[in-house]
Amino acid sequence: MTMTPTTLKVNGKDVRMTLDPRTTLLDALREHLHLTGTKKGCDHGQCGACTVIVEGRRINSCLTLALMHDGDEIATIEGLGSADKMHPMQQAFVTHDGYQCGYCTPGQICSAVAVLEEIEAGIPSHVTEDLNKVAYSDAEVRERMSGNICRCAAYPNIIAAIRDVAEGDKA
Amino acid sequence: MKFDQPATLNPIDRARVVGKPVDRIDGPLKVAGAAPYAYERHDVAPNPAYGWMIGSAIAKGTINSIDTTEAEAAPGVLAVLTHANAGALGKGNMNTARLLGGPDIQHYDQAVALVVAETFEQARDAAKLVRVDYTQGQGKFDLLVGVKTAQPPKSVQGSPADTSVGDFDGAFKSAAVKVDQTYTTPDQSHAMMEPHATTAAWAGDKLTVWTSNQMVTWAVKEMAKTLKIAPENVQVVSPYIGGGFGSKLFLRADALLAALGARAVGRPVKVALARPQIPNNTTHRPATIQRLRIGATKDGVIQAIGHDVWAGDLPGGDVESAGLQTRLLYAGKNRKTTHRLAELDLPEGNAMRAPGEAVGLLALEVAMDELAEACGVDPVELRIKNDIQYDPEAGPKRPFSSRKLIECLQQGAERFGWSKRNPKPGQVREGDFLIGMGVAAAFRNNMAMPSGARVAIDGKGRITVSTDMTDIGTGTYTIIAQTAAELLGVNVSDVTVKLGDSSFPASAGSGGQWGANSSTAGVYATCMTLRGMLAQKAGFNAEDALFEDGMIKAAGKAIPLRDAVGREGISVDDKIEFGDLTERYAQATFGAHFCEVAVDRFTGEVHVRRMGGAFAAGRILNPKTARSQVIGAMTMGVGAALMEELVVDKRFGYFVNHDMAEYHVPVHADIPEQDVLFLDELDDKSSPMKAKGVGELGICGAGAAVANAIYNATGVRLRDYPMTLDKVIGGLAKA
Repeated sequence: MTMTPTTLKVNGKDVRMTLDPRTTLLDALREHLHLTGTKKGCDHGQCGACTVIVEGRRINSCLTLALMHDGDEIATIEGLGSADKMHPMQQAFVTHDGYQCGYCTPGQICSAVAVLEEIEAGIPSHVTEDLNKVAYSDAEVRERMSGNICRCAAYPNIIAAIRDVAEGDKA
Repeated sequence: MKFDQPATLNPIDRARVVGKPVDRIDGPLKVAGAAPYAYERHDVAPNPAYGWMIGSAIAKGTINSIDTTEAEAAPGVLAVLTHANAGALGKGNMNTARLLGGPDIQHYDQAVALVVAETFEQARDAAKLVRVDYTQGQGKFDLLVGVKTAQPPKSVQGSPADTSVGDFDGAFKSAAVKVDQTYTTPDQSHAMMEPHATTAAWAGDKLTVWTSNQMVTWAVKEMAKTLKIAPENVQVVSPYIGGGFGSKLFLRADALLAALGARAVGRPVKVALARPQIPNNTTHRPATIQRLRIGATKDGVIQAIGHDVWAGDLPGGDVESAGLQTRLLYAGKNRKTTHRLAELDLPEGNAMRAPGEAVGLLALEVAMDELAEACGVDPVELRIKNDIQYDPEAGPKRPFSSRKLIECLQQGAERFGWSKRNPKPGQVREGDFLIGMGVAAAFRNNMAMPSGARVAIDGKGRITVSTDMTDIGTGTYTIIAQTAAELLGVNVSDVTVKLGDSSFPASAGSGGQWGANSSTAGVYATCMTLRGMLAQKAGFNAEDALFEDGMIKAAGKAIPLRDAVGREGISVDDKIEFGDLTERYAQATFGAHFCEVAVDRFTGEVHVRRMGGAFAAGRILNPKTARSQVIGAMTMGVGAALMEELVVDKRFGYFVNHDMAEYHVPVHADIPEQDVLFLDELDDKSSPMKAKGVGELGICGAGAAVANAIYNATGVRLRDYPMTLDKVIGGLAKA
């Protein structure tokens, strides 16, 4: 394979890499940049543990090759906050026990942050009743978060955490 | 400390820290993505090579030859390991099948090779160039065929395969009301989020594996036995585990292959199973066929209760112990349980969250619902009527240590609004939906395991607890910190907890819901020893000394803990061991599940609208993390009821739907609000913590409550799990 140079903007920093073109964005983050907060649960776009935010949209980073994102802004869990300085969504997950084993958690949090932005931006979902009035509801969040599997099943706690942040945003 | 007499008032009863809903102390690391899991140990094992496991393409037979030449010539490949060049290997006592197959193959996707390369992409690619030539053998893959020659297993979790009290046959025959039904549960997959993964490195003849394993002490022994090396030369490190549910109780192929690969290439190697390899390469919960016969008086008093179980496993494997709870849960003078094991050549069956009860109650608790209807007795009332405060097989000489099933049923029913249920099925409609409520009892045995810990206090008064105990999402880090803080009179933030390293004292590990009670009891024992030493150093009588607010207080004096410790610090190792209290007393945890479903009357789709439960499990060490365990288990019960099934290809002998797209588990949209009530209970026979397990109790009976709610909603009685919409709609068409 021809090693190919690429530049990603990861958590606000330009990162130049030379990659095997088969490298997924997920493996570029985990194995090359050692940003292991983004998790590999299935490598097939089935579980959501690898969710990151690319150019403002959440995606499964296992389903896309790193080279396809030359120049893209990529936000990972490490970019949202740290253990010492948590993002409000991270703090809300701690407060509401929105996790157990912790493996799906970074993906849940990246998804949750993006979901609230999607609702704010008026993007409808399968359960939106009036396409012209997209607003927060627990049902909206349950629907939109359903690509992020939590086998420990902290689901009600995750919803409580997201609701908290959504209400905080409004206040 | 040997725990062989019921606990009396002890320092845990102060409950200043234990029993409080403390946020997880490992939480900030987890939400920040900074907790290092097994495949992420760039910090301690830099520059690893990557291993890719190849699984067998046949379920039974023989490898004639493996051609690795093309793979070995592929870019970046460092080694290709097979049975032919891996060296002589043993088999762990807890593995039924060998972890590296060949020349004989025991099941589909049994590991047959490991490709090690510089990069993940190279290893994965080269794996496709390994040519394995097989001779396919005749395998047995159909449980329905296997039951015809099924045999009694040697034992069922250490107890006899069959039990019998009184005259079951006679009493059942003459009973006024009878239920005689057969239920089936399918093979299920743990589907934990983190695949089995290991990073391995050798230093001379010493092996270290950073792995994802629930039972560190077992893993050391099994790795040593498999590699035929001394256990002293194996270190297992497993501080963060991305879900277990029983899938990571044992040494598995990822760990063995990483160790073999690292030895072959002379540098760290890491191996993660690919998601589609997991269901067939690793263990699963075996399918069961269960016949329930319950005979009762007209008003529902059980006269005879019988539970016959059939399940399969590989030769040398164990039976799914689905009849065990029926030996203990309800009264009835005449009783009988049997287990029969069929030899199958499917992948290895083994423990998954609440082995035995999780599927046993899917059958028993639906049978109880059927009995309630047949007698015209409310299902909550029926269960109360048949409560018994002692082991019904052993008699009154073996009472339950504590048993609050009736209270769980009553308080749970009250909170859920059970009185609003219409007992006649198919009567409540909301638009296109049929609405129904169901109840089921929860029961899970309480086991206790010896558990050790090291508790150290440094010269500044900071406390560190080290034990090889694991936290698989259960909240172990936090409850251990709470236990040490309570006993030493400090804040949780003054305690550091280090887990999952075999260089620490051996613990109970995480399994069978024994972890929380046993491991905190080990910390209790160690802290009590430490308290004695510190009191003596401070010149106090150990019994009089009060540890609180960072001070040791006695006889009107108070000395800061740090002063008593001294500048050099102090460290002590100790452990808890358990006597025969689990034999003298039946020890178990209890609960009651309630569920409301809405069933689409045109599509048969089932929506779980509400779930609630009340549980009695001894002292709840941390209600926040315990509640999470319970709701998570309830959700796994919803999965069992509605969607989870490994589909067997009976021609080729493997599970067809072996990934997370095809093996469905509940997602956010499937799960509504869940209400959990913990009853106040202290069990003085369980441990000095007076706690019991709770992590598995929540799955026990949860699926049956869903099944019973479907019946109440629709009048469709299903007995084959999972209750997918095709089965529901088939019943609706007939109803």
